[in-house]
Amino acid sequence: MLKVLKSGFFTTVQDSGRFGFLNKGVPVSGYMDSFSASKLNMLLANPTDAAVMEITMTGPTLQFEKPTYICIGGAEISVTLNNEPLRHYKVYKIGEGGILSYGRLKKGFRNYLAIKGGFKTPLVLGSRSFYPPITPKSHLTDGDKMAYDSCENFKPNISEIKVAPFLDEKVLKVYKGPEFELLGDKQLKSLFVKEFSIAKEYNRMAYQIEENLLGHKNSMLTSATMPGTVQITPSGKLLILMKDGQTTGGYPRILQLSDQAISLLSQKRYGDVISFKMALRHNLV
Amino acid sequence: MSGVGNYSISIRSFGVHAVLVEWPKEVCGAILNDILQFVNYLENNCLDGAKYEIVPSYNSITLVHRGKPIVFEEFKTKLNTWYEERNATPTKQKFLWRLPVCYDLEFGIDLEEVSEKLGMSVTKVIESHTHNVFTVYGIGFLPGFMYLGGLPTSLEVPRRSTPRLKVQKGAVGLAAKQTGIYPQESPGGWNIIGNCPIPMFDPKSNNPCFVSVGDQVQFYQIERAPYDLCKIEGEVGIYKPEKIKLDA
Repeated sequence: MLKVLKSGFFTTVQDSGRFGFLNKGVPVSGYMDSFSASKLNMLLANPTDAAVMEITMTGPTLQFEKPTYICIGGAEISVTLNNEPLRHYKVYKIGEGGILSYGRLKKGFRNYLAIKGGFKTPLVLGSRSFYPPITPKSHLTDGDKMAYDSCENFKPNISEIKVAPFLDEKVLKVYKGPEFELLGDKQLKSLFVKEFSIAKEYNRMAYQIEENLLGHKNSMLTSATMPGTVQITPSGKLLILMKDGQTTGGYPRILQLSDQAISLLSQKRYGDVISFKMALRHNLV
Repeated sequence: MSGVGNYSISIRSFGVHAVLVEWPKEVCGAILNDILQFVNYLENNCLDGAKYEIVPSYNSITLVHRGKPIVFEEFKTKLNTWYEERNATPTKQKFLWRLPVCYDLEFGIDLEEVSEKLGMSVTKVIESHTHNVFTVYGIGFLPGFMYLGGLPTSLEVPRRSTPRLKVQKGAVGLAAKQTGIYPQESPGGWNIIGNCPIPMFDPKSNNPCFVSVGDQVQFYQIERAPYDLCKIEGEVGIYKPEKIKLDA
């Protein structure tokens, strides 16, 4: 078992997502920054859907009751294992009773802690990702215990990788959304020339943008939305849906973020600056 | 009912992992039926269900692919061909669900206000709400939240000017052309006229929401005592909602 001594600001368990229930209104959920989280699972030779811990802003203090291997990455946070500082994207062994302690956030917003074999919180509709009320908990609290398989001997193929720094980037690569053509010249110009900032309302469901575009009077019938869908409200407010975002919506979907852009935006917080740039479809695999 | 492939559909990319297929912008049973026939054809004959999810809603379907990006032009051509070639495919079996609602004022906190706004007695509002058969045009916004179409104009009442921060689980609401059930406690701006004790979403079940897009819903009035019983049965998972098979 892993014991949550202190839970931190908003710590959850997330895997690659909950699939197969979009037509019943269930969001995909899963780790927000899949770019960082999937690298950690790779280092630990985990299955791609192994559950990791998503640590938001202020991290937890955790005690491991059985030996295992771990790896951290994503937002830059100082983390210690038994008071020794850890490097990001490096595999470490944790002995029985080891204490992992999160310190100060330096850059980015969401850090990931991966464990050999993944965290074994209950599977609900095929996924371990927290999403209330589908899962009983919305986030970890002090004193929680979580199951994992102990591991004594693991020899990683690669024990450490260098990840190109991306936390300072601010350009979100986007594709045209289904209602892109509704945008007028002025809206288009603002959208691709101006810089925007993250509003106070931002979470795993959606990020709101502080600066509005010109409003509009277009109406549409409710239709599907996805993580990364950028909607425009009648007043011109931009809403970017994220992993826990609703599966349908009635506002025009003007842009769709690339997977990379969803990961990048996940690392942004209130006041951070972003801009939009059209991605070339054929360049992306 | 319309024939097969009678509509002119538009196919557009929606990011690299999804494609949107749209029918004419109308809320209409014939279009919904055509959409669901196509969905059934795609699921049974064309697409690998493990890799694709299909989200139908009003006049569109969105096909979401897990994993690699979709090669759009190629996929669009295929979709057009599939739409043309499908014969009179049936849709999946559809059901009419009869759902109990308690309209007591304790639950129907806006019922008196609604009755005033509509110029209709409370009894008449309930009668009209339970008399109608609604069609499920979409499921979204929250897990198990149904977008129901077919509200008579006499029941159209604007959404509340200030949304409530908390609307009870099971609350039955009216807003403009829509009526529906809040499947969980949530913020909401609809006028609340009653409460349905049946859980519309059960995460412990493999089929967590018994209703599907294309099904029909009719409400019937229950008193407080049967409400409490249904509620307990729903919570322990033994309540079986009443359903009637519909012709395809």
